[in-house]
Amino acid sequence: MKRSLILCLLALLLGATACSAQEWPYFVTYSQDLEEPGNLEIELKTLQGSPKYGNPFISQTIEFEYGVKGWWTTEFYLSGQHTSNDSTVFNGFRFENRFRPLPGDHFINPVLYAEYENVNLADRSFLEVTGHSSISDVRIGNAQGRAETERSLELKLILGSNFHGWNLSENFIAEKDLNEAEPWEFGYSVGVARPLALAARSRPCVFCRENFMAGAELYGGLGDLEGFGLKATSQYAAPVLTFNIPHGPAVSFEPAFGLNANSVGVLYRVKLGFEIQQISSWFHRGDR
Amino acid sequence: MNRHLLKVCMALIFSSLVARAASDSLFDRAPDSDRKRVNPYAHQSDAAAAGSRLFSDHCAKCHGADALGRGKKPSLRSREVQQAADGEIFWLLRNGNLRRGMPSWSSLPEPSRWQIITYIKSLGESTGNSSSASPKGNGQ
Repeated sequence: MKRSLILCLLALLLGATACSAQEWPYFVTYSQDLEEPGNLEIELKTLQGSPKYGNPFISQTIEFEYGVKGWWTTEFYLSGQHTSNDSTVFNGFRFENRFRPLPGDHFINPVLYAEYENVNLADRSFLEVTGHSSISDVRIGNAQGRAETERSLELKLILGSNFHGWNLSENFIAEKDLNEAEPWEFGYSVGVARPLALAARSRPCVFCRENFMAGAELYGGLGDLEGFGLKATSQYAAPVLTFNIPHGPAVSFEPAFGLNANSVGVLYRVKLGFEIQQISSWFHRGDR
Repeated sequence: MNRHLLKVCMALIFSSLVARAASDSLFDRAPDSDRKRVNPYAHQSDAAAAGSRLFSDHCAKCHGADALGRGKKPSLRSREVQQAADGEIFWLLRNGNLRRGMPSWSSLPEPSRWQIITYIKSLGESTGNSSSASPKGNGQ
């Protein structure tokens, strides 16, 4: 069963008109750009961390992002992790939708984000950092972590601007645990990035500057409704580099450095992104 | 009285929506400042070649490798597009047209967008379907 699922996924990736998306390189920060209508993007995100006084772990997340309309993108995530000297566990799923309320391009472009999470406490995907999350969360054993599933609602206000080839994006996060009477938790992330060349060359090339994007992210928790601020939160700063392989996937790498004692020292992230263009036309004869 | 006023307002809103839908031109709402922008790469063959590669990566899947459109996606070799000012097409690429499914391409750097426009303009006008015409650019 597991093998046939992997084979199906590989067939989908190989059989598709795979293409690297023109997307900003961020791992945590969302930009104002939505998926083009009819396109499906599949991203494999790997994260490795070695927390102090804890077991090293590798987390894997697969993300399916589909452009429903020009103003609406929907996404589905599945994640799992392996912890050394412990076990391998499936963590759960996330389902999110992003909406662009204003048509056209503006100095600041807002996007509204709503996500339902159903993940257990063994989750190590670090797709966002909120509240008072700390290094002690990743020291919990898998058996204990998988026993408790957290169902939560996450809302984000995404603001993004493009100017002179640069992108600046800011995300404000509010998360509410739906299981328990816990207060709203807050977080943020900020990203800035730029392609290494703004104009394309006339001849095809692989390792030329136009195929690379570089940037940096800053993200962390902002406490909760009862204790808003940076106190007892984890914070990360991360340079990021993406290589858009021509007619192939986009590969991104980011070492995220913990900025305080509450954070994991370094989180290494790798992302592989495929875009299947106009997958919706597979089901509409006239559009193919 | 209030009900009468409400009916008039509804009629006005409805007629403005119909009028807006009827003016189906892609570039109607481009401001003058954008219309007047000059393409720094206009008529440059190197830029058209670079634009051809960008077109192939980002535009061809919807508009067709020959830019003649596919299904509901419009032809870029129509008179409307070919006779539009470069600045008008640039405005459309930056803002998109969400109502018609065209996303904003403001994430592409400005020089790359001008290169795409140079390539599109190099294709020339064609009313044929995708089987009866082929583009002049490279890399298709």
